Amino acid sequence: MSEKVLMKGNEALAEAAIMAGCRHYFGYPITPQTEVAAYMAKRMPKIGGTFLQAESEIAAINMVIGAASSGVRAMTSSSSPGISLKSEGISYLAGCELPALIVNVQRGGPGLGGIQPSQSDYFQATKGGGHGDYHLIVLAPASVQEMFDMTFKGFNLADKYRVPAMILADGTMGQMMEPVSLDANAVETYDKSWATVGTGKHDGRNIINSLSLSPAQLEEWNISRYERYAEIEKDEVMYEEFMMDDAEICVVAFGIAARVSKNAVVAARKQGLKVGMIRPITLWPFPKDVINKAADKVKAFLSVELNMGQMADDVKLAENCKKPVYFYGRTGGVIMSPDEVLSALNKIEKGEAKQW
Amino acid sequence: MVVFEKTKGLTDAPLHYCPGCTHGIIHRLVAESLAELGVLDKTVGVASVGCSVFSYNYFNCDMIQAAHGRAPAVATGAKRAHPENVVFTYQGDGDLAAIGTAETVHAAARNENITVIFVNNAIYGMTGGQMAPTTLPNQVTQTSPYGRDVTVVGYPVKVCEMLSQVTGASYLERVAVNNVKNIRAAKKAIKHAFENQIAGKGFSLIEVLSTCPTNWGLSPKEALKWLDENMETYYPLGVYKDKYKEEK
Amino acid sequence: MTTKILIAGFGGQGILFAGKALAYTGLKCGKEVSWLPSYGPEMRGGTANCSVTISDDPIGSPIVDKPDVLVAMNLPSLEKYYNETEPKGYIIYDSSLITKQGARDDVITVGIPATKLASDNGLDGLANMIILGRTIKETNVLTIEQIKSSLSQMVPAKKAELLEKNIKAIELGYNYR
Repeated sequence: MSEKVLMKGNEALAEAAIMAGCRHYFGYPITPQTEVAAYMAKRMPKIGGTFLQAESEIAAINMVIGAASSGVRAMTSSSSPGISLKSEGISYLAGCELPALIVNVQRGGPGLGGIQPSQSDYFQATKGGGHGDYHLIVLAPASVQEMFDMTFKGFNLADKYRVPAMILADGTMGQMMEPVSLDANAVETYDKSWATVGTGKHDGRNIINSLSLSPAQLEEWNISRYERYAEIEKDEVMYEEFMMDDAEICVVAFGIAARVSKNAVVAARKQGLKVGMIRPITLWPFPKDVINKAADKVKAFLSVELNMGQMADDVKLAENCKKPVYFYGRTGGVIMSPDEVLSALNKIEKGEAKQW
Repeated sequence: MVVFEKTKGLTDAPLHYCPGCTHGIIHRLVAESLAELGVLDKTVGVASVGCSVFSYNYFNCDMIQAAHGRAPAVATGAKRAHPENVVFTYQGDGDLAAIGTAETVHAAARNENITVIFVNNAIYGMTGGQMAPTTLPNQVTQTSPYGRDVTVVGYPVKVCEMLSQVTGASYLERVAVNNVKNIRAAKKAIKHAFENQIAGKGFSLIEVLSTCPTNWGLSPKEALKWLDENMETYYPLGVYKDKYKEEK
Repeated sequence: MTTKILIAGFGGQGILFAGKALAYTGLKCGKEVSWLPSYGPEMRGGTANCSVTISDDPIGSPIVDKPDVLVAMNLPSLEKYYNETEPKGYIIYDSSLITKQGARDDVITVGIPATKLASDNGLDGLANMIILGRTIKETNVLTIEQIKSSLSQMVPAKKAELLEKNIKAIELGYNYR
């Protein structure tokens, strides 16, 4: 392992993308993800890559579509309002079965919202965002090291399944500096004989397209894509368990909310409360099975999120009403303190909390 | 003896365009140009949304179907990924001059080394004849049933004139396909646009005045005449910019 | 052992750099560290702060809302975090900019006229490093040798003059009585 360096999450992510073979980045400035674009602007020209500041987020995601169609690793990054603008293009990526990486360093919403950290795009990332039947692979890093590692993972999974992948980070993950070892993760390469690179380079004509006026054909395309989604749900779920062995209350949290919750879990243990945590690393596919199994052991779940309660729905679906689910969240860019989470845990223990 | 042959630049798929529509001619001119330049096997076309949405079935090269208005951005991505390829977009007036204005202007501003074929028939055809950004003043459409009232919805967008003010753009020409002379000129312009790209000269846009007999409510023959009498006066033909010619 | 440090002041006082110097030194000493800045318009003239955690164990939340060490470089910051500072913690403040006294007796409060010292010693703009020097002396979170050594790695070689001034500023704060 190489010596660790101190780096911002946004920069570690950008460096990882380059190390993962991405040479085509298209973006548009927006706080708090701008360091990704700035890093790419500095590095790409020196390594023969493309950094292009597009005229809008819409143009940027469509440039990603063009580059991804051409078989190269392409990415864009933005923050919440910008991701809304990209949603049309993301739906097209899914419909055209194109691999690409989209980074959302979330900020508070809706509308122009604020610029402070948030997780309020959970629904948008995991339930669609754009139109149509599709999923994104959604990775939720909780450290600068994971910002780095998940970038490789995102590109690899996108290429493997021909689906767009998203890194759902937030303002703290982007802005924070932590030690990170910049050891290249595996860069997997997959067949891209479908790419539009000119008929001189492959048999027949390649067409990248999401249109079909035949309902039967479009249904067939969707079903075949969902077969791949089923494989992803089976094989690619990632999560971390923390102090779950004897836990009676299970916190479910991702990203920065999981970091805060970890402190609360430790504090609760000091009080004698048996609390553990499941941290989904993939938000889609969601770690349904592990939560469902945990429901056989624990008394209750507490979903901790920087929003008004979005993942809590998925926790409830996953544990299938076996045990009560509670929610604690802050929104608009406010980050909860470990004490707030601890007090939510105490309320559950005392039977004073209201179920989700 | 001259034997008429179908160009290799088009597939055998039957075109879906209405009788009398001049999209077919424009397809042929684009396809012929690519075939004659010997670049079909390294060409990537970008289809847009509108009547020409299915053009990915017709051009005998790799094709990408883009979202409404976004073809120049998609083409930018494709060209940046493989600069050695020839990349073109084929867009209608709604796609290019309404929803896709920003993508068009900025691709031109960047002098993106792509070729844009812009088919202007002054109406939205695919959706059944609504007002386009290029619909003429007083022209009747489904959404301007009393004629385009410029005091309410403003004036048509003149794309070549507008882009001629964009420093980045290299080559802009407006042509028409309503008679043999114009078709020959159109072919020359389209081919020149591709030659420019191959020579690395940057952004070319060829605006082709085209007919829509179905939605204009005219016979094919009347439509050709209507184009001549109404569109050409509002949208004069000619070269609006040729950066490299100016430099010579 | 975990030390949560909050450095706060005006944008432009070098708050983020002082925090980075701590975090980087922590890293070089084999500690777990995190550095989290306030960001956005605050960078441009308003208040700025940064959370630095230095620990022997993996760090949970990188957000320091209850500092063990508060370094306050202006009055609003001191007022904002005064009561949040952990009992037995440290409050180090720039006494050339803050004259108000607090009432807590469960924390160690240390004033140092960092801004005045900086201008008196030809170290304009380095009040941040002066107060950092004092902070190290008071809290022993890291040693001055460690900071000096990591600073020489942080400041590019071609800016040797800048490094010299930074080190002078740290020593000034460290040795101030």
